[in-house]
Amino acid sequence: MSIQEVVEAVRARFAEALQEVIEFRGETTLVVRREALVELCRFLRDDPACRFNFLSDLCAVDYWPERPRFAVNYHLYSLPHNLRLRVKVFLEEEDPVVPTVTGIWPTANWHEREVYDLFGIRFEGHPDLRRILLPEDWEGHPLRRDHPLVIEPVQFSFSWREIDSRKPYVNE
Amino acid sequence: MGTVGNPMIAMAPGQKTGELGVAVTTLEEALEWVAAWGRTRAMWPLLFGLACCAIEMMATQASHYDLSRFGMEIMRASPRQADLMIVAGRVSRKMAPVVRRLYDQMTEPKWVIAMGDCASTGGVFNNYAIVQGVDEIIPVDVYVSGCPPRPEGLIEGILLLHEKIRKGTRSGSSR
Amino acid sequence: MAIREGEVQEFTLEQLKHLVSERALRGETILLNMGPQHPSTHGVLRLLVELDGETIVSVVPDIGYLHTGIEKHCEHRTYTKIIPLTDRIDYLSPMSNNLAYVMAVEKLMGVEVPLRAQYIRVILTELQRIASHLVWLGTHALDIAAMSVFLYCFREREMILDIFEMVSGQRMMVSYFRVGGLWRDVPEGFEEAVRAFLKLMPARINEYERLLKKNPLWLRRTKGVGVISPEDAIAWGVTGPSLRGSGVNYDVRKAQPYSSYDHFEFDVPLGENGDVYDRFMVRIEEMRQSLRIIDQALRRLPKGPYITPDRKVTPPPKEELAWSMEALIHHFKFWTEGFSPPPGEVYHAVESPRGEFGVYINSDGSPRPRRVHFRAPSFVNLQALPIMAKGSLVADLVAIIGSIDIVLGEVDR
Repeated sequence: MSIQEVVEAVRARFAEALQEVIEFRGETTLVVRREALVELCRFLRDDPACRFNFLSDLCAVDYWPERPRFAVNYHLYSLPHNLRLRVKVFLEEEDPVVPTVTGIWPTANWHEREVYDLFGIRFEGHPDLRRILLPEDWEGHPLRRDHPLVIEPVQFSFSWREIDSRKPYVNE
Repeated sequence: MGTVGNPMIAMAPGQKTGELGVAVTTLEEALEWVAAWGRTRAMWPLLFGLACCAIEMMATQASHYDLSRFGMEIMRASPRQADLMIVAGRVSRKMAPVVRRLYDQMTEPKWVIAMGDCASTGGVFNNYAIVQGVDEIIPVDVYVSGCPPRPEGLIEGILLLHEKIRKGTRSGSSR
Repeated sequence: MAIREGEVQEFTLEQLKHLVSERALRGETILLNMGPQHPSTHGVLRLLVELDGETIVSVVPDIGYLHTGIEKHCEHRTYTKIIPLTDRIDYLSPMSNNLAYVMAVEKLMGVEVPLRAQYIRVILTELQRIASHLVWLGTHALDIAAMSVFLYCFREREMILDIFEMVSGQRMMVSYFRVGGLWRDVPEGFEEAVRAFLKLMPARINEYERLLKKNPLWLRRTKGVGVISPEDAIAWGVTGPSLRGSGVNYDVRKAQPYSSYDHFEFDVPLGENGDVYDRFMVRIEEMRQSLRIIDQALRRLPKGPYITPDRKVTPPPKEELAWSMEALIHHFKFWTEGFSPPPGEVYHAVESPRGEFGVYINSDGSPRPRRVHFRAPSFVNLQALPIMAKGSLVADLVAIIGSIDIVLGEVDR
């Protein structure tokens, strides 16, 4: 079983939903429409030609300022066929919602929570969509490209008083 | 007091010289000296590791570096039984309130060593998630540099703290 | 976002209602908080445990107490300067992290790595695997109250750290691998040091095994505890020794060999029952297999360059700066601006001591990546903790956490 056959099988079944097939450095990416994602994932897991029974990784990318802004990547691995595949869904900034795949691979649970926490992408139907890494009362989503990296600038001083006066906690 | 030695002799020369040129001291100071001596000889660190530095702290505890040479082999998991907090690793914004509460739960007298660059200043992680130096939330007595510090570095920091306690410097007075 | 004194995040039962059973809401079971300051959670893991007497009904892990923002930080660093950050993700196996990252960048750039560098990488990552398993064994045994194993394990670990210090100048945060090869060639005395270790270690591994394998206390604490079936393990994305303990033969080194792992002969140890004891035996056996790989790599260590001559990803040699203006310009351009890979995205996975450690890099063609994501095995393996712990005693929870060998730096990144 090769990755070409998997792509052909998907193309035959999901002709409309499949937007693009990218080959780069020996890796295959299927760009699909959001509406068909769950159905496609179920097909990839259960079809005997595919059998992608292992979700290696799930992560989001922020293409800001390009449009569409977000993408969610699903890195699949097939234990029986020893194949890797990436499924990609693009999302608009105004509507960052994807259907959840926790029903297909339970391991997606924490991955999706992490993406929600750091990017603010919501997963429809997720059983427990809470922040996972940041405190519950945190504002914003730090891995978005328009979020600043540094909150406190580096201070070049040996005077405690001077350092203290510039720390963010003085404003409270 | 027999085994302790005469506190007046143990005083650094010139530290407390009276009119007659001999070392004199009050009973209160002598007792303080004894207390400080006791504190440095049986210091119980809090068993509290955050990140990479905690592994080096474990190495310091273990066979090769053997921290028990300094009377510190007992690490207490409960803050109420510990008198030294070694902040070993980066302190995230989520962890900071917990660190503060642990510090508050420790009984007086208590000391803090900021082990490593992340605990001292934030280190390489000058970003949204990390507190830029644990001294923002708790008073620190000794800073140990390194990322992570070698076990020798941590031992040096601990000995420095012992010296500080013997001199009677107030806890957390580095700021 | 500022910290106020003594403030601790508090959950109400209402917020966590869906996480616990109905009986907890009626007050028939106890909710117990464990961590983030707890001696046996291997760092700053917080668990909310629901107990019926001493039996665990459910476990809700709460992570993020060590969230460092490394992925965000990577977007603001050039490709070379990310390497030190990767050390600090999984601080028990910096070499594996370095390897995963530099191999992903090499894939992105299309760079060939000299064979000598590949072999040295294999030797060092396998040494790292042993060092990491030694820390795991020491702390895991310590959790189940076997103190002396901890002291023995750290004794041998120092030998490995001495080798690391010899090659890289640092004990833990090595940053030794570079895109295209290594920082420097290994120094004189490296091979002798590794040989001395190889000679000593098999007897020491037997010693650990003898200490624990037939120890009745150890057997009763580990046999049949924390069982996870192969189907569950795959569904929950468990990798590494935790997956192989359940009998699933998936090792990235065998399945998709990288860095010339296919040149070496080694076995993938598998468990049968998927309990704590099997995971323990898998790791002990893995240490032996690592010694086998190191031995073969050391015997066949080829001569040659230690880094690729491709000037796109490597700085010019220092000598050249003295007489070549171009080299000087190149040197400054390389260290200030960095190199620019073509736009695109790659994912590369290696077998770290804890499982499949993957690095996803998305490049927009500039010298800084658009996005770097680390697929941390501990993060995924920890998800399976509630499955493993359900129905066991609360005292066994400590053994189960120890057996999946989590590193919180990697869980939270």
